[in-house]
Amino acid sequence: MSAVKVYVPRETTSVSVGADAVAVAIARAAKQAGASIQIVRNGSWGACWLEPLVEVDVDGTRIAYGNVAAADIPDLFAAGLLAGGDHEKRLGPINEVPYLISQDRWTFWRCGLIEALSLEDFLLHQGFKALQKAWEMGPDAVIDAVTASGLRGRGGAGFPTGIKWRTVADAAGPQKYIACNADEGDSGTFSDRMLMEGDPFGLLEALAIAGFAVGADKAYIYLRSEYPLTHTILARAIETAREAGWLGSDIQGSGFDFDVELHLGAGSYVCGEETAMLESLEGKKGIVRYKPPLPAHEGLFGKPTVVNNVVTLASVPNIVNLGGERYAGMGVNRSKGTLAFQLAGNIRRGGLVEKSFGVTLRELIDEYGGGTASGRPVKAVQVGGPLGAYLPESQLDTPLDYEAFAAIGAMIGHGGIVVFDDTVDMAGQARFAMEFCAIESCGKCTPCRIGSTRGVEIIDRMIKGEEREANYDLLVELCDTMEAASLCAMGGMTPYPVRSVLKHFAEDFASGGDET
Amino acid sequence: MLVQILQAIVQAHGWVSEDTIRQLAQALNLSRADVHGVVEYYHDFRTAQPGRNIVKICQAEACQAMGSRELTQHAHAAVDAGTTIEPVYCLGNCACAPAVMVNGKTIGRVDAARFDALVADLRGAEK
Repeated sequence: MSAVKVYVPRETTSVSVGADAVAVAIARAAKQAGASIQIVRNGSWGACWLEPLVEVDVDGTRIAYGNVAAADIPDLFAAGLLAGGDHEKRLGPINEVPYLISQDRWTFWRCGLIEALSLEDFLLHQGFKALQKAWEMGPDAVIDAVTASGLRGRGGAGFPTGIKWRTVADAAGPQKYIACNADEGDSGTFSDRMLMEGDPFGLLEALAIAGFAVGADKAYIYLRSEYPLTHTILARAIETAREAGWLGSDIQGSGFDFDVELHLGAGSYVCGEETAMLESLEGKKGIVRYKPPLPAHEGLFGKPTVVNNVVTLASVPNIVNLGGERYAGMGVNRSKGTLAFQLAGNIRRGGLVEKSFGVTLRELIDEYGGGTASGRPVKAVQVGGPLGAYLPESQLDTPLDYEAFAAIGAMIGHGGIVVFDDTVDMAGQARFAMEFCAIESCGKCTPCRIGSTRGVEIIDRMIKGEEREANYDLLVELCDTMEAASLCAMGGMTPYPVRSVLKHFAEDFASGGDET
Repeated sequence: MLVQILQAIVQAHGWVSEDTIRQLAQALNLSRADVHGVVEYYHDFRTAQPGRNIVKICQAEACQAMGSRELTQHAHAAVDAGTTIEPVYCLGNCACAPAVMVNGKTIGRVDAARFDALVADLRGAEK
């Protein structure tokens, strides 16, 4: 009898709630039982609320067990875990779990499915097929496909990817670069991390396609230091790909040279801003650059550079494989395709949900998320990270569409959705928005560097109830200045959460003292 | 190069001293101000010697929504002088908040009881 495959994710969230200990316990129990097993470390399917999520391959069907703790293993073995035996933690076949089957998995389809660091498994699941197809199509046709797909930057800015690639392809000069932004600093977001941990070769393939399309022979991945496990996995994947001839010179005899260098950040939110990231990649402080010149013209080391987010890039291989029109057929209006939404904060079933644009926040929070973890009513939802607006319950029917969000003074950003219940003090959240900006400002422009500190002071006075009206007006004026005159989104968008609190949750400022 | 050198120094020694900055500036033919600027800019390059254990507690919104402010208060009272508590703004573990990082390892769904167990583990490991 061949070894039974048991899948235990090696992914930050799963490991953070005990997956490594579960893997050890399963190996020990199998040894005691004299059972032959093979533990496969896959990525996460994204159902974080079920982690650690263990699967057992029973005659080709993967039977899932959720919230498995190491202490459960003897009991699970007694229940016949290796034969998919019944147990209170048994969820049934993984491909029937409702949370997963109703998603539109375009970019994350391999996450959870394959052994993350097995090049063999990757190749069995269409690995490098898109790169080979790109070689047949030629660079122009690849860029055309990306343009036709309507793919926009998933880091938050939503700039059309095809236009960016065309600009770099058309730029003069022999040396060009790809810079992959893996500095996923927004609270409530983890899709880049999950992709890199669950499908690292998929990202490498995407980088190679980008390089081929624009004429770059080198990519840098800028990974934040808060993701040490991601770093380990990605570094190993790069090494494996290089050894197997999928990176380096003359890849698989195609004549195409391409390599990837992994760069670790050192703790800085602003380094997620593209020009600050380039400065940091060059070994300097992550100080934002003036634009123009655009990075597409003068980017890394002054050379034309494609700066793309992890998820943006990882959406490309299937666009090449299946055609840009297929991707453009999903989504709504100018928000084409899918986005990997991330349900986080006070939510019962948190995790990654890849859906076509147009889904509403309410559908995501109620149908997938199952409401708050505390069971209390939702009071506010912050979408798009620390620079995103707080939406009240009344706005939860807004469809997730870049333009629809812009119309209500909000943004989708990187797709993070952070839920707060009715115990939250929104004045405190507005204060935190300014405080975070003060902590993380790179300091180059005055509105951001000084405005954020003044903002904290004004909000403190409002909370104390001092000259509430005058301070309110001053805060609005400060927000205007920061929004209009900051160099990048850090100072320019910190007003978004602040204004949204003033607009929708003004009563939370009223509790702190008497009106004067 | 400077960033990578500083990362290696923090990895090995936990922090960057004034003396280290002086030596680095000399070795790399940079001004002390240049090196100082990079050290000050990045959160990872701490300029004071940390304790034997470093516990980072996420202070960002998703963890706030699950009680990280209260957890942080609890944590300061729960640890001894040998443990340094630092803020961190997002560990990317936002669906299993609150998240903390203990000596480089991310841990999710941390409430006060779980935190105390982690502290007990640290003490146990030192004995």
